Amino acid sequence: MSLREAGLVYKTVREIRGPLLFVEKVRDVAYDEVVRVITPDGEEVLGSVLDVSRDYALIQVYGETGGMDLNVGVHFTGETLKIPVSDELIGRIFSGSMKPLDGMPPPISTDERDIHGGVINPAARAVPSEFIQTGVSAIDGMNSLVRGQKLPIFSESGLPHNQLAAQIARQATIPGREEEFAIVFAAMGIKHEEAEFFRREFEKTGALNRSVMILNLADDPPIERLITPRIAQTVAEYLAFDLDMHILVILTDMTNYAEALRSISIAREEIPTRKGYPGYLYSDLATIYERAGKIKGKKGSVTLMPILTMPGGDITHPVPDLTGYITEGQLILQRDLFLRGIYPPMNVLPSLSRLMKDGIGEGRTRKDHADVSNQLYMAYAEGTRARGLVRIVGVVGLSERERRYLEFADRFEREFVNQGIYENRTIEQTLDIAWDLLSMLPEEELIRIRREYIKEFHPKYRRAG
Amino acid sequence: MALKGVIERINGSLVVARFEEEPRIGDLVEVGKLGLMGEIVRLSGRNAFIQCYEVTSGMKPGEPVIDTGTPLVAELGPGLMGNIFDGVERSELEMWRMVGPFIKRGVRIAPLNRDKKWYFEPKVEKGEKVVGGDIIGVVQETEYFQHRILIPPHLKGEIVEIEGGEYTVNEPIGTLKTDEGEEVELKMMHTWPVRMPRPYKERLPLTIPLITGQRVIDTFFPVAKGGAAAIPGGFGTGKTVTLQQISKWADADVIIYIGCGERGNEMADVVTHFPELTDPRTGRKLIERTVIVANVSNMPVSAREASIYLGVTLAEYFRDQGYDVAVMADSTSRWAEAMRDLSGRLEEIPAERGFPAYLADRIAGIYERAGRVVTLGSERRVGSVTIIGAVSPPGGDFSEPVTTHTLRFIGAFWALDTELAFRRHFPAINWLRSFSRYIEVASVWWEKYEPRWMQLRARALKILEDASEIEETARIIGEKALPDEQRLTLLIAEMIREGFLIQNAFHEVDRYCDPEKQVKLLKLIMDFHDAVEPLIRRGIPIERIRALKVVSEIMRVKEEKGVEPIEEMRKRMRREVSSLAGEYGVE
Ligand SMILES: Nc1ncnc2c1ncn2[C@@H]1O[C@H](COP(=O)(O)OP(=O)(O)O)[C@@H](O)[C@H]1O
Ligand SMILES: [Mg+2]
Repeated sequence: MSLREAGLVYKTVREIRGPLLFVEKVRDVAYDEVVRVITPDGEEVLGSVLDVSRDYALIQVYGETGGMDLNVGVHFTGETLKIPVSDELIGRIFSGSMKPLDGMPPPISTDERDIHGGVINPAARAVPSEFIQTGVSAIDGMNSLVRGQKLPIFSESGLPHNQLAAQIARQATIPGREEEFAIVFAAMGIKHEEAEFFRREFEKTGALNRSVMILNLADDPPIERLITPRIAQTVAEYLAFDLDMHILVILTDMTNYAEALRSISIAREEIPTRKGYPGYLYSDLATIYERAGKIKGKKGSVTLMPILTMPGGDITHPVPDLTGYITEGQLILQRDLFLRGIYPPMNVLPSLSRLMKDGIGEGRTRKDHADVSNQLYMAYAEGTRARGLVRIVGVVGLSERERRYLEFADRFEREFVNQGIYENRTIEQTLDIAWDLLSMLPEEELIRIRREYIKEFHPKYRRAG
Repeated sequence: MALKGVIERINGSLVVARFEEEPRIGDLVEVGKLGLMGEIVRLSGRNAFIQCYEVTSGMKPGEPVIDTGTPLVAELGPGLMGNIFDGVERSELEMWRMVGPFIKRGVRIAPLNRDKKWYFEPKVEKGEKVVGGDIIGVVQETEYFQHRILIPPHLKGEIVEIEGGEYTVNEPIGTLKTDEGEEVELKMMHTWPVRMPRPYKERLPLTIPLITGQRVIDTFFPVAKGGAAAIPGGFGTGKTVTLQQISKWADADVIIYIGCGERGNEMADVVTHFPELTDPRTGRKLIERTVIVANVSNMPVSAREASIYLGVTLAEYFRDQGYDVAVMADSTSRWAEAMRDLSGRLEEIPAERGFPAYLADRIAGIYERAGRVVTLGSERRVGSVTIIGAVSPPGGDFSEPVTTHTLRFIGAFWALDTELAFRRHFPAINWLRSFSRYIEVASVWWEKYEPRWMQLRARALKILEDASEIEETARIIGEKALPDEQRLTLLIAEMIREGFLIQNAFHEVDRYCDPEKQVKLLKLIMDFHDAVEPLIRRGIPIERIRALKVVSEIMRVKEEKGVEPIEEMRKRMRREVSSLAGEYGVE
């Protein structure tokens, strides 16, 4: 029997630097191995090995190190970080490191999964192509979500991203099918009231008993946030690919996650790239986001909706920037729309759904969908350009055409983008509103729409026919 | 005997091992009990720094390391076409079959299938003298693609034996006696170190454009066969779609598509859609001429670094068979970041933004491998490698190191523009910031469609440039306050944008536009300009011109099949213009 099996606890911590412990005189330690750090008053905190030599290990600690001193004990478990998985996770609420918060006993299962998961072989991926109707026009009409997509919400503090995420979770359906989404919700550093908002929302609609909530809140240990989204994705992957369920994962707020990663990097004195974030932020985020998707020959799916607040509303900030480089589009909420009373305050122009093309059209939504969406983009872009011009030359300085687009943009925001928090529009309703708006423009201007679709869907011809 | 070592330290993908004797830098090693793949990237006496191509979780100091004695090589031979490999050439199709849909560590997969038999048809005879690069036979690898079996670059001698028939890649198809009298078995497969450019006889000047079927590229910013192009842009501006479009429609014989640190679903998209699409020139499925290297963003960063070298080596191999090959590298920024990651772990002194000082050299090294060459071999054969690299600048800022260094080594630059992407002007290639150094080359080629191609292109570009200046003014005083001549320029520019530059990758007709149609479309718009300009000068208001029905029709005619509708439109344009002129009593 080796020493470690006997439960040897090292008392050889040489240095504590922020969330890092440097341990000497260790033996037989594995890279990425889980450790339990035991404080003098018997409390246990999780950690894992970041760097290991023959007699030395560097450990990142997922809990508070503030009260620790060099007398803490370090127990190497010989395992990588795993969680038990079973269908009994559904309906439960856990902490950010998977401790029950709902007063029920910890889940027991013989089946355990490494929270880092595996990488889905690109050759085994199925192309996501089933349109999800969220009932929100700005999404369904112009940035359609499909099952297995990863589509984040980029927001700012104070904007109603939680309301929007909850609305999507409530309303998301595949038209013509009865399958419901189960929800895996992970919070990283958000406020109690925000988490409570989601819990109540899920409860109200009965979604709570098909959801799993994993909560690291604002006053929970920041470094724990590194494992929270990975636990969530592990649960989601299990439910989707072992139990054939359709899962919607909501991760909020990814900016807090990235800050936790940054603090480790700073403590390790790594060379930062932008705003103190390490160069591997991209790859690290990818190991979380890329776990969404569909697999050939498997029924289930993981659809991912991360939420992040852009510091200073800056979309070029590393967290939204690198997220946008990984996810399949982004939905962007903007303060000026919010201030004008538009809900959801979504700016469709910089928003994008990359997987929309495979999810829409004949047999999925409607054959005119892609063209209508394109035309809306073009017209709204013209309108916002005209709006910029008004500030300088006044409305009188606009040509008649510009004035028309200006009016289009206003109506587009008020009638198409704007809707109720509990308003659930079908895709037909969404497209009909779009046509109604587009009919303000002269027909020759609708050059992004095929003539035959104009003849079929333009209100002018529909009324006549 | 294989050199042995022991792991001393593990820091993510970096493993330090101590060997019995000094090993060789660049050698491939088997790391730990699982025998993970790695490469020696730095030596310090008997201590080797190893970049491990697989996740090192659970590995311990003290575990063994074995030096395989060879560098990272690519296997080259039948079985490449239509396959999908990771950065170190493990077939992901095979991996899926063996271990299920999740990638597993330590799985050994020979890059080329060892069981599959190919029909080998010899092209040389016993007693013939051959040198490296000579074609000794062919294999019809796909219905469309003929794989030419080469004598490996450094071999030469006399064919002692050669026989046609069904063989696996690893079975001898014949023997060769070298000048030293040594007998060497010939196989359909050989290997080549990925980091070493494959030799050729001579570089040729670039004389032919790669026709991509994408108007803004072919007409305004062409790339030559054997040239290099870069397409930088923030996320969502259209890098990937453009590279996929080129892979689908370019007149290359072989496409190497490298997904380097990008999305898994994009690879699934290629794997799913390429077998459905047909090449407009050959009528064969696109997958039959495509090799995919997919080392996506959540796969090990170190194998991502290798993936670009693998892709380019595959390209050179097909070039050596006498083919025109186009390499898509999406994205070179992720490759550079992989290099940065490793450099950081090695604690090298960084230059800009954490990138190592040798970043520029490495980028140059990749683009240097593009070219049009006379291949090795006794017979004169020409092949080319065109490299097109996506660049993903942080925050969409082109002043960052990867973009600026890349600019120095490429001949065509397709600058993507966020504003254009926002208004769904795709491809969002900004016509003012992009350039091509291959215009002269292209102009000779285009003459067969339009003798005055250069002038046509230049005039259109001039209108676009003028329009952007006029727009600056319009932003201050409003378009209404501009003179009609200037408003005409704005109108024509709009027609060029809508009717020519914008090309929807998902439109069943317009996704590909052949050269003849490109010329005719642009000429139609310029002819319209020439027809109405005199009317403006004679005082006919711009509003009347804009209101002509034909204006929006011209902007749509690209969506019609073939060139006849363009000729029809020209007639219609003449009719409408002359009737308007008539109304004002203008000749
Ligand atoms: N030529 C095109 N035609 C139509 N849509 C395009 C075109 N190019 C890009 N797009 C749109 O832009 C989105 C983003 O393009 P993509 O190539 O994925 O961007 P990037 O690789 O630069 O992040 C696509 O999902 C598609 O909706
Ligand atoms: Mg891309």
